[in-house]
Amino acid sequence: MKPVIEVENLVKKFGNFVANDSLTFSVFPGEIFGFLGANGAGKTTTIKILCGLSAPTSGKVSVAGYDVYRHSELIKKNIGYMSQKFSLYEDLSITENFQFYGGIYGLSRNEIRERTKALLNRLDFLKAQNEVLRNIPQGWKQKLAFSVAVMHQPKVVFLDEPTGGVDPITRRQFWELIYEQANNGTTIFVTTHYMDEAEYCGRVSIMVDGKIEALDSPEKLKNQFAVNSMNDVFVKLARAAK
Amino acid sequence: MKGFVVKEFLHIFRDHRTMLILFGMPIAQVLLFGFAITNEINHASIAVFDKARDSKSLELQQKLTASGYFDINMQLENTKSIEKAFQSGKVKEIVVIPPQFEKTLELDQPTTIQLINDASDPNTANLISSYTSAILMDFAASINPQANSLPVTTETTMLYNPELKGVFMFVPGTITILLMLVSAMMTSISIAREKEMGTMEVLLISPLKPYQIILGKVLPYVVFSFVNAMVILILAYSIFEMPVNGSLLLLLAESLLFILMALAMGLFISTVSNSQQTAMLLSMFALMLPTILLSGFVFPVENMPLALQWLSHLMPSKWFIIIVKSIMLKGLGIAYLWQETLIILLMAFIFIILSIKKFEVRLKLK
Repeated sequence: MKPVIEVENLVKKFGNFVANDSLTFSVFPGEIFGFLGANGAGKTTTIKILCGLSAPTSGKVSVAGYDVYRHSELIKKNIGYMSQKFSLYEDLSITENFQFYGGIYGLSRNEIRERTKALLNRLDFLKAQNEVLRNIPQGWKQKLAFSVAVMHQPKVVFLDEPTGGVDPITRRQFWELIYEQANNGTTIFVTTHYMDEAEYCGRVSIMVDGKIEALDSPEKLKNQFAVNSMNDVFVKLARAAK
Repeated sequence: MKGFVVKEFLHIFRDHRTMLILFGMPIAQVLLFGFAITNEINHASIAVFDKARDSKSLELQQKLTASGYFDINMQLENTKSIEKAFQSGKVKEIVVIPPQFEKTLELDQPTTIQLINDASDPNTANLISSYTSAILMDFAASINPQANSLPVTTETTMLYNPELKGVFMFVPGTITILLMLVSAMMTSISIAREKEMGTMEVLLISPLKPYQIILGKVLPYVVFSFVNAMVILILAYSIFEMPVNGSLLLLLAESLLFILMALAMGLFISTVSNSQQTAMLLSMFALMLPTILLSGFVFPVENMPLALQWLSHLMPSKWFIIIVKSIMLKGLGIAYLWQETLIILLMAFIFIILSIKKFEVRLKLK
């Protein structure tokens, strides 16, 4: 299978500071790829590069089949993005948010209407479609934000700590959404600080000081480090950090 | 792109505070400046110390009252009461008519009428005394129409604003301030809000090009600013009878140019501030205060120290006020205003370049 994200010897420097130190990894279609690391390990830098927001200093990077140096505009059309901070527009209704983001990605009015209906139906939230977002609980907002991020049916969705500040039940439901999306062939590229969530991923990479120190399925990583949980794997690696 | 503008309009319409600033401000400001803050004298209360008490002195008093500018609220009996009258705060000026006023006039001898003013408020004192002098001059002329030479011969003509209406001075300034406020402050705040909320990140990751994001943000405010300018002009015209002697089209075109300039400034501010508060404070201190203080709107630039005069040249609002006044009051055309126009154009250009540079740098580094 041809990888949907291909990174080879990616280096990103800010002056003398090396944020990403020759990263190499591939992510395949329909995979849930956990991108882990302590704060400041360089995760955000990598995501920005993969999203075409920032150019790498050197190395080969392609996303959804397009080169980041030459086709960052095409990449942008084929990816979705959601962060913990991203909570849609508070002063717009759910429908208006869907309309706006659908419009940005060039969907037709009919497509927007149909997909909004389907996505809200899936969330069992159709009745609240004209509610202004300000009045909706945080957990729901996160699920709505995810739905918006996949509305244009991107090949890859980047989730930057999507479940921050969300209760365990909603997190569970959120991961169900992620699984469904992955089963439909969408690649999920997710960062998180919750190690139980890392267990849900197909493969996990752990970044320490700008380098990828471990990359494998959670099972194999636990075996490799001879521990019982991803939490212990993470702590073992992160302790070694500068 | 269309969706973006629609969204931006929704933001504005949903936010009552923004709406209030956008539409309440212009009306409140014009009315305030037009009615309350005025340079005109209207029924100023004065006192008369009439030492003559003859028919001519009475005639003079009647002339003062008949002008409508003054109300004679007090008749003084002696010199001592002059000070008391001022201390009571009831009068702004005292007119002292010398004894044997009528007789002196009949003999064609020069006479002096003393004006004593409460100069604790120098501006008002100046105004009142010059209004009084004008009436006295008129009086002198009417007594002796055939005389070849009057005791005093000054003649002041007030061009362009013959009645010295304060509102004529304030309307151009008010338009300038409001366009600055709506265009620069509102855009910078609205862009900073997207950054604060984190939605800017999503917009940048989307296929939208940076220029589309900027245009989408800015366009609604261009429309609102323009509507605002119109509202102020209509108010000025209908309530204060302020004329537009020059070309209305030119005036609108110049306003549009100034709006663009202000938007460019707002953009620049938004690129350097990450929160709404920062954007607001920056706009207040970097734009509003200089606009009010240095543009010649409130304080005449000519009276400032040289350094400040130089600084005032850097204020786009100063040039815009000149343009508005020239078109509205003097009826001048572009032939006389191309320099000022060019200056504003240049400033707009500089700020657009600067903010695009800044915007790109942000993209690369972050």
